[in-house]
Amino acid sequence: MAFSAFTPTEQKADASIQKRSPVALLLLLPGVIFLVLFFVTPLLSLLLTSLQEPVPGGFFGEYRQALRWENYVFVLETYGTQTLRSFGYAALASLFALLIGFPLAYFIGITLRRFPLLQALCLVLVIAPFFISFLLRTLAWKQIFAIEGPVAGFFSMIGILGPGQSITGTAFSVVFGLTYNFIPFMTLPIYATLERLDLRLVEAGGDLYASPATTFRTVTLPLAAPGVISGTLLTFIPASGDYINASRDFLGSTETAMIGTVIEANFLVLQNYPAAAALSIVLMAVILVLVGIYVKRSGTEDLL
Amino acid sequence: MTNSAVSRGDFAEAGADLELVGISKRFPGFTAIDDLDLTIPAGSFFALLGPSGCGKTTTLRLIAGLEEPTAGRILIGGKDVTRTKAFQRPVNTVFQSYALFPHMTILENVAFGLKRRGVKDATRLAHEALQLVELDHVSARRPSQLSGGQQQRVALARAVVNRPALLLLDEPLGALDLKLRRQMQIELKDIQSEVGLTFLHVTHDQEEAMTMADTVAVMNKGQIEQMGAPQELYELPRTAFVATFLGQSNLFTGQVVSSNADSITVDSAGARITVPKPRAERQSGLVTVGVRPEKVSLTSTKPAEAAGVNVVGPGRISDVSFSGVSTQYEVTIAGHGPISVFEQNTSISRMHHDGDEVWLTWSVEHSFGLADEGDVEHDAPRFVDDTPTTSIATRKRAQLKAELEEG
Amino acid sequence: MRGFGKYTIWVYSGMALVFLMIPIVYTIIFSFNDARRTNIIWRGFTLDNWLNVCAAQDVCRAFGNSILIAVVATFIATVLGTMIAIALVRYRFRFRNTTTLLIFLPLTTPEVVLGAGLAAQFLQAGVPKGLGTVIIAHALFCISFVIVTVRARVASLDPALEEAGRDLYGSPQQVFWRITFPLLLPGIIAAALLSFALSFDDFIITNFNRGAEVTFPSFVYTAAARGIPPEANVIASAVFLLAILFVLVSQFTAAARRRRLAKL
Repeated sequence: MAFSAFTPTEQKADASIQKRSPVALLLLLPGVIFLVLFFVTPLLSLLLTSLQEPVPGGFFGEYRQALRWENYVFVLETYGTQTLRSFGYAALASLFALLIGFPLAYFIGITLRRFPLLQALCLVLVIAPFFISFLLRTLAWKQIFAIEGPVAGFFSMIGILGPGQSITGTAFSVVFGLTYNFIPFMTLPIYATLERLDLRLVEAGGDLYASPATTFRTVTLPLAAPGVISGTLLTFIPASGDYINASRDFLGSTETAMIGTVIEANFLVLQNYPAAAALSIVLMAVILVLVGIYVKRSGTEDLL
Repeated sequence: MTNSAVSRGDFAEAGADLELVGISKRFPGFTAIDDLDLTIPAGSFFALLGPSGCGKTTTLRLIAGLEEPTAGRILIGGKDVTRTKAFQRPVNTVFQSYALFPHMTILENVAFGLKRRGVKDATRLAHEALQLVELDHVSARRPSQLSGGQQQRVALARAVVNRPALLLLDEPLGALDLKLRRQMQIELKDIQSEVGLTFLHVTHDQEEAMTMADTVAVMNKGQIEQMGAPQELYELPRTAFVATFLGQSNLFTGQVVSSNADSITVDSAGARITVPKPRAERQSGLVTVGVRPEKVSLTSTKPAEAAGVNVVGPGRISDVSFSGVSTQYEVTIAGHGPISVFEQNTSISRMHHDGDEVWLTWSVEHSFGLADEGDVEHDAPRFVDDTPTTSIATRKRAQLKAELEEG
Repeated sequence: MRGFGKYTIWVYSGMALVFLMIPIVYTIIFSFNDARRTNIIWRGFTLDNWLNVCAAQDVCRAFGNSILIAVVATFIATVLGTMIAIALVRYRFRFRNTTTLLIFLPLTTPEVVLGAGLAAQFLQAGVPKGLGTVIIAHALFCISFVIVTVRARVASLDPALEEAGRDLYGSPQQVFWRITFPLLLPGIIAAALLSFALSFDDFIITNFNRGAEVTFPSFVYTAAARGIPPEANVIASAVFLLAILFVLVSQFTAAARRRRLAKL
């Protein structure tokens, strides 16, 4: 399953069956050209765009190539809060998704092994959100949280919510939405590793005088690590660039704008392409650095 | 390249000679086969025996056309096929993993080769081949629905149905349990005598090679160490590798101290061992001689020196293991490694015990002298290192169980 | 995780699954809402929305666009991705590490960056945005997922099967189409389904590259400010129910086949 995108493939391709052949070039070339054309050059064009300057006396949205590094200073000064907020929200959402997703994956992958039908059913339930519009699901939460809705009523009754305050539009609702939307991305890769886990290893842990908690910490958890890493990356990366949950038409407000929000606004509304491009480069760079550190620290460099 | 090699004419009813001339195969970083010459006569059942990594599987793959040799030529029935592809050679393989196509029925699997060659009544021939292995009743099933032994027979039928000039068997019995192995060994022999093909069987199991093949070639480090009839190889191994890989041997290294017209005598740490000249590969200097454990007898009193008998001792019994039909003793003699002795448990022979003082005797004509130079005892493999311990354990267990059931 | 933990995990996981289902159920229920303009407050049950889905014409057109884009983008991503996956497992070539990096970097790139990058490039090259640019964008982010999925399948394929095919007189073409391809097919289908789902539901990349074209998610996004017509819920629910039906049928037939095999 593709959700183990970041987990190393179990069977390392046997080098002995690999051969050199012109066929390889034929197979690779179309896809590689496609990726170079529509992935590498766009990144370069982002880099170039991020250094552009407005044409003096030109029209709105007209820029020319320059080396204006100040664009980066400008975006970091103007949108520093949104940038930090994005990574904060994404980190919180990853943490909560892990707290919900790991036990769920353990339950489906290990507890339910003796009940294959129930296991299949639960797995379908985890995948189910993929089949219904992401936007409609997020809107559904907005409406459930709405002021006249039952959740808001309950919250004001117990006094968390003051009169006139709403749940939506807060950091809470945005992190909530992100968490909800990425639970399947967290659960599936963890499930994929736990499902393959040899239970005899856990029994061996018990046999060798480890308490269930110690066995879990020293045997199960390390074996599930590739799934956890994969799941966190699959959650953190898209969450940090997301702007739907944080949009004021969905679960956010102007107070919860994330980096995606400002990139979209600068690009599509303000037509400040250099600012949008500079922010994108910042986002991409930070993610690459964080992923690099994370992957290195978890000792699985061969993930990518 | 044309498909001419696959034209109907090449599929003879009898097998064809196989000739390898100066074959070498180098992979990046190591040489699998080094200048190998080998001729396998038509109609024979030939076994290539050796530990894993000895190059036997590579040899098989070269013959099948699944690898290309770095140097040398391959001839089948006198025709050079070195540069032809696998699908153009009149050769079929029974793969170690059987490699049955999981998405096809048994019948489709067996008919696959015939259909590729455009044979008219492929389906009928496939049914016949399945009848030969007594599996025609499962022809509509998928491979995953068959047991290991059945899959093995389907793989055999799938290869035999093409009437190839040469049938290659890559450890095809490796995945079967002991009882099935025996059954399949007999069946393979039957099929060979029935269809009269040339069989080339690759295995690391010496017992399998010896019971099934007319000719066994023992392979080590990319070269053939010795080739011959199984009995010949066992009774007169030429090298320390053959002596220890094919059965067990007790080896002694020493200088030749005397020599006459018929025999040489070696002094190995005080033990004087005589070997008939025709059975000694080297006749002077430092040589290694040996004897099979079952050829040696134990006596508790010092036997009188006699012509035609080698006497070594005294030593002490350091281990006794009773295995029903025979007893295996391990004797320690100063200056030598442990020496194995098998004694038949006939009523006359009395048991020796741990710690007993014993002398070893054997008839001079059972000694053999090896071609290896210098002291080989230490680098000769005591164990076949590629046999996983689990398989040894399961085999031992199966043997024990069979004995228990008989008893 | 024994003793009382045994029940805790059942309860906890059950709650998590219910939590996952809440907005789905909500969306389906509100597809039956007798809403007039905005579908926020329950006004009573009706089947009208289901019977006249295309009453809201723009919803229907957006849906049609989404299907078209998903089909074409999936086709491109599946073909290109499968070819790369086979090459990665089966061949040795120079710049292997660079190629691998090129394939996995899109997976670590947030959609907003992919979208903005493509949009910047189309802008610089003067390519007008439209369905074509959206298709390219979707094929781009699907291709890496296809490669990862199919690669696992190729890697688990026993090379002896293809060797057996060659040994049994199959030419390279025959071996590929009669053995390799049929055996890879389940992986390729899984990859295509995943691509389709990802493409169909994508909003962010689409939004940067769609120009004036409307897809189903972009319709929902724009409509969110004024209120979503219940027909949107109908379409989402219908797609959901079809997909679930498909998954359930395939899961249960697979389970049934396994059980039948086990009995033999």
